[in-house]
Amino acid sequence: MTSVMEFINALGKYDFLQSALLTAIMVGIMSGIVGSFIILRGMSLMGDAISHAVLPGVAVAYMFGFNILIGASLFGILAAILIGFVASRSKIKTDTSIGVVFSAFYALGFILISMAESSTNLHHILFGNILAVSDNDIMTTAIVLGVVILFVVVFYKELLVTSFDETYARTYGLKVQIIHYALMLVLTLVTVSALQTVGIILVVAMLITPAATAFLWTDKLSWMLILSAILGVISSTVGLYFSYTFNWASGPAIVIVAAMLFAISFIFSPKQSFFKLKRSVVQ
Amino acid sequence: MLNVKNLTVAYDDTPVFSDVAVNFNVGKITGIIGPNGAGKSTLIKAILNLIKVRKGTVDYDGQSIEKIRKRIAYVEQRKDLDLTFPINVFDLVVTGTYGQLGLFKNPGKKEKQVSYDALKKVSLEEFANRQIGNLSGGQLQRVFIARAIVQEAEIIILDEPFVGIDLQSETAIMKILKQWRDEGKTIIVIHHDLNKVTKYFDDLVILNHGIVDFGPTREVYNSTNIESAFSADLSSVLFQEKEGVQ
Repeated sequence: MTSVMEFINALGKYDFLQSALLTAIMVGIMSGIVGSFIILRGMSLMGDAISHAVLPGVAVAYMFGFNILIGASLFGILAAILIGFVASRSKIKTDTSIGVVFSAFYALGFILISMAESSTNLHHILFGNILAVSDNDIMTTAIVLGVVILFVVVFYKELLVTSFDETYARTYGLKVQIIHYALMLVLTLVTVSALQTVGIILVVAMLITPAATAFLWTDKLSWMLILSAILGVISSTVGLYFSYTFNWASGPAIVIVAAMLFAISFIFSPKQSFFKLKRSVVQ
Repeated sequence: MLNVKNLTVAYDDTPVFSDVAVNFNVGKITGIIGPNGAGKSTLIKAILNLIKVRKGTVDYDGQSIEKIRKRIAYVEQRKDLDLTFPINVFDLVVTGTYGQLGLFKNPGKKEKQVSYDALKKVSLEEFANRQIGNLSGGQLQRVFIARAIVQEAEIIILDEPFVGIDLQSETAIMKILKQWRDEGKTIIVIHHDLNKVTKYFDDLVILNHGIVDFGPTREVYNSTNIESAFSADLSSVLFQEKEGVQ
C-alpha cells in the first residue's frame, strides 16, 4: 500500500503525472463508449484494422508538421472505404479485405516513419508514452472526447438501431452507410488520442476489452456505454499506477488491468453464467 | 396497389428470377409461397430496394419505394437478428417510432405511450423490461408485430412470421394482420406451411424462380400450380383428399 501512497503523493507533486492521469481518464471514457458500438456491430477486427491503418497518417503528419488528427483521420477513413470497396466489388470476404488493407497501411506507415528518421517516436507511437503528454495533447484529447460524447448523444438512436438491426434501419430510409463512416471517423479520432496512452498496437484492447466486460454485466445499451466508460477509466488509472510504480510501459500495463477486469467478470457476471446460473426462458 | 414490373435479380450472373411482374392489392393479405430457394425473401428484398436489382421497377400508386419508405413496415426473419444485443422488449418497440421521428429528435412521452399501447395489443406489456434473448420465438415475433404497429405503416411485409412459434402467438398475430387488412392496409406474408394457405390469405403469389401464378387464393391455389412450383407428389397429397371428398 505504500506504493499507492507514493503514487498519490507523486500525483500531487508532478505535473507530468497529472497530465498523464487526465489523458488516461479521457481516453478511457472515449474508447469505452466507442468500443461498445464496435463490439455490438461485430466490428472488433475492423476496429483493430482502422487503429493500425492510421499509422501512415501519423507519419505524414510528423513529416510535414500538421495536426496528427487530420493525417490519421484521412488514412483511417481511406482504409475504411478501401476495405468496404474491396469486399463489395469482389468475392473476397470482409475479414480478408480487412487483413489485406490494414497490413498494407501499417507497412506503409513503418516505411514513412523510418524515412522521417525518428525511431524514438516510433516506439512511443507503437507502445504509448503516457508520461510525455504535452498540454497541447491534453487539449486535443479533450476536444476528441467532446466530439465523441456529442456524436453519441446526438446520434444515439441511429447508432442503436443500425447496430441492432441494420436492415430495419434501411427499410425506413436511414442512410446506414453515413452512420457507418461517421463511426469510423470517430474511431480514428479515438485511436489517435489513445496512441499516447496505449500505443497503436494495443488501441484495439482499449476499444474492445472494457466494452466486452460491460456487456457481460448489463442488458441495456445506455448502461453498457456508461459501465464501459467507467471500466476504461479504472483500467487507465490503475494501469498508469502500475506503469509509474514498476516502470512498465503504460500501454501494456493498462491493457493487462483491462484484461483482468474482463477475466473477473467472465467468472462472476450473472449474464455469462459461468457457474451455470442459467436464467430460464419463460414460455 | 403495389406494382412490380419486370423485376430481375441475379447473384453473380446466376439469375434468381427474371422479369417478375406481380401486383399486391390494398386491403388484402397476400401470401407468397414457393419451395426453399425459390427466391421469396429475395423478391421482398428487391421490392424494398435492399439488394441490387438488375432491372425492373416497383411502385406504390405511382410513387417509388424510396419516396414511401416511412409508410412500409418490414418484419424480417428472426434468425437474422442478434438476440444477445443489450436491448429490452420495450426499447425495441420504441425503435418503431424512429422513422417518423427522423434525425435529431428523440422518442418522448407520446412515442413511449404509443409503444406501450402496441405492446399491450400483443399482450406482452409485462415483458417490457426483459432482454429480447429471454423470450420464446412466439413472444419475440409478437414484439416485432408491436414494432410494426408503432410504425403505423400502410404496407406491412413479413418474412416467415410463423416459423418456430407457438399456436397462441400465431393466432394472435393473424388476428392483427386481419385487423390491418380491414383498415385497408396492404399485407404481404412469406409463408412456408401450405396447410393454412386458404385459411390465411386472400391473395396468393406462387413463386419458383419466377412467378408461377398469382391472384385470389381460391383461383390460384390448385393442383396444377402447386405441382409446377413444388412437386407432383406434394400436389397429389394436398389435393387428392379434397378431390376425393368432392
